Amino acid sequence: MNFTQMIIPLNITKTISDWIYSIMPETAASYTIMVIIAVAYLALFAVAGLYLVLLERKVAAWFQLRIGPNRVGPWGLLQTMADALKLVSKELTSTIKIDKFLYNLAPYFVIVSALMAMAVFPFSKQFQAFDINIGVFFLIAISSIGVIGILLAGWSSNNKYALIGAMRSGLQTISYELSVGLSILTMVLLTGTLQLSEIIEAQRTGGWLILQGHIPSIIAFMIFMIAGTAETNRAPFDLVEAESELGAGFHTEYSGMKFAYFFLAEFINMFIISSIAVVLFFGGWLSPFGITENIAWFPQVFWFIIKVLGLIFLMMWFRWTFPRLRVDQLLTLEWKYLLPLNLMNIVLMAIVIWLNWTI
Amino acid sequence: MSYFSDIYKGIKTLLTGMSVTGGYFIRARKGAITQQYPDNRETLKMFDRFRGEVVMPHNADNRHYCTGCQSCEIACPNGSIEIIWDRAVDPETGKKKKKIDKHIYHLSMCTMCGLCIEACPTDAIVWAPNFENSVYDRSKLTKILNQPGSSVLDGIED
Repeated sequence: MNFTQMIIPLNITKTISDWIYSIMPETAASYTIMVIIAVAYLALFAVAGLYLVLLERKVAAWFQLRIGPNRVGPWGLLQTMADALKLVSKELTSTIKIDKFLYNLAPYFVIVSALMAMAVFPFSKQFQAFDINIGVFFLIAISSIGVIGILLAGWSSNNKYALIGAMRSGLQTISYELSVGLSILTMVLLTGTLQLSEIIEAQRTGGWLILQGHIPSIIAFMIFMIAGTAETNRAPFDLVEAESELGAGFHTEYSGMKFAYFFLAEFINMFIISSIAVVLFFGGWLSPFGITENIAWFPQVFWFIIKVLGLIFLMMWFRWTFPRLRVDQLLTLEWKYLLPLNLMNIVLMAIVIWLNWTI
Repeated sequence: MSYFSDIYKGIKTLLTGMSVTGGYFIRARKGAITQQYPDNRETLKMFDRFRGEVVMPHNADNRHYCTGCQSCEIACPNGSIEIIWDRAVDPETGKKKKKIDKHIYHLSMCTMCGLCIEACPTDAIVWAPNFENSVYDRSKLTKILNQPGSSVLDGIED
């Protein structure tokens, strides 16, 4: 695995990596570069998560005809920074009868699995930390690790509400994992590769996959967005937190920065689901109709971020429109509707590809 | 085949809901109902039915409508209103007539129930929209509603 392949189009990264290689032996240099990249990603997505929280609050305010945070910094831009500082400075309280080890481990499970998934995304042609040939498979595997953290949190808190929330989370993730996997599989049928960078390359000539695969692609996209919203435990599938029933669900007993980790992980997971959708359906960093294809200096990452923000807005729109589902409705939706539809859709996609009906 | 029609109906109703909230989202910048309170103190206008505190309006000649009938005092459930009254000879008729000396209103006790205003036969007391009632001294919340030297308007009878 060669981590140093990550070269951001600015030559600064190349200069830094050359410099590190010149001052230390090769093994030490490659490890140093790995650490630097990891720290850079960590910082980048912590800040990105904070700004997603701000975006959520602003969008929620606009949906509810309010103004939203506008006091801290210009247009409230520093609001979540201030919130994070407050959370860092807070005391980490806990109850007596908790399982100390698991209780402290749970937030890291959640946040680490969220951040690990970020590694494989191709933000632009060069801006990708880890381009493996089973990228999609890796993403599905990593995104289901997060639920272990939630289960641990609920179990170790020794609190009935936390336990109910965690069990609901397990139920929900196991159910909707199927739909996420199958709808991704539908698109993999079309591309014939699991490597994210090659999936994007496949869309350079034939148009975005949602157009290439027309009807089955659109169905797969709808199922993916529904199941993805459920995977991230967001409203209308927020039975896990369910403020009106369970206090705060699995993180009832958490405070301070540990709580903030759960909160941040939720938003990074939202970013991940949107990023997967962008790569699989909307051509990743490719510009629409290739309008900036020939402009060398134009940052391709711009298109990626714009598309991701669009899908994140869609998920926020879901959240502020739909009421929360009951547990039985949740399971009916998955097992009675999404799963059979998904299986039918895979067959339909296979037929479309077999008969060369792709656009 | 109600299975597929269920799916169709479900998606249709979800999209209807999303179009409603989407409309609100687009119109939010114009129609935000949040008041930026301390910033817009000069322009902030409270609503017609807002219950801030009880006041007694006076006209330009320092006359009011209160006959001193004490209906408000009786109507008040917790004794926020006290009326100190007197009798004076009416120069026109030569009869003794009740008149108020002090209409005392304890804002600190008032629950804003509005029974006094409903009870008043001459509409002498009304709601005012003032809501910034914090003071450093509790005694400042005991207010005398009739202005010094004021008298009841001629011809007001209860």
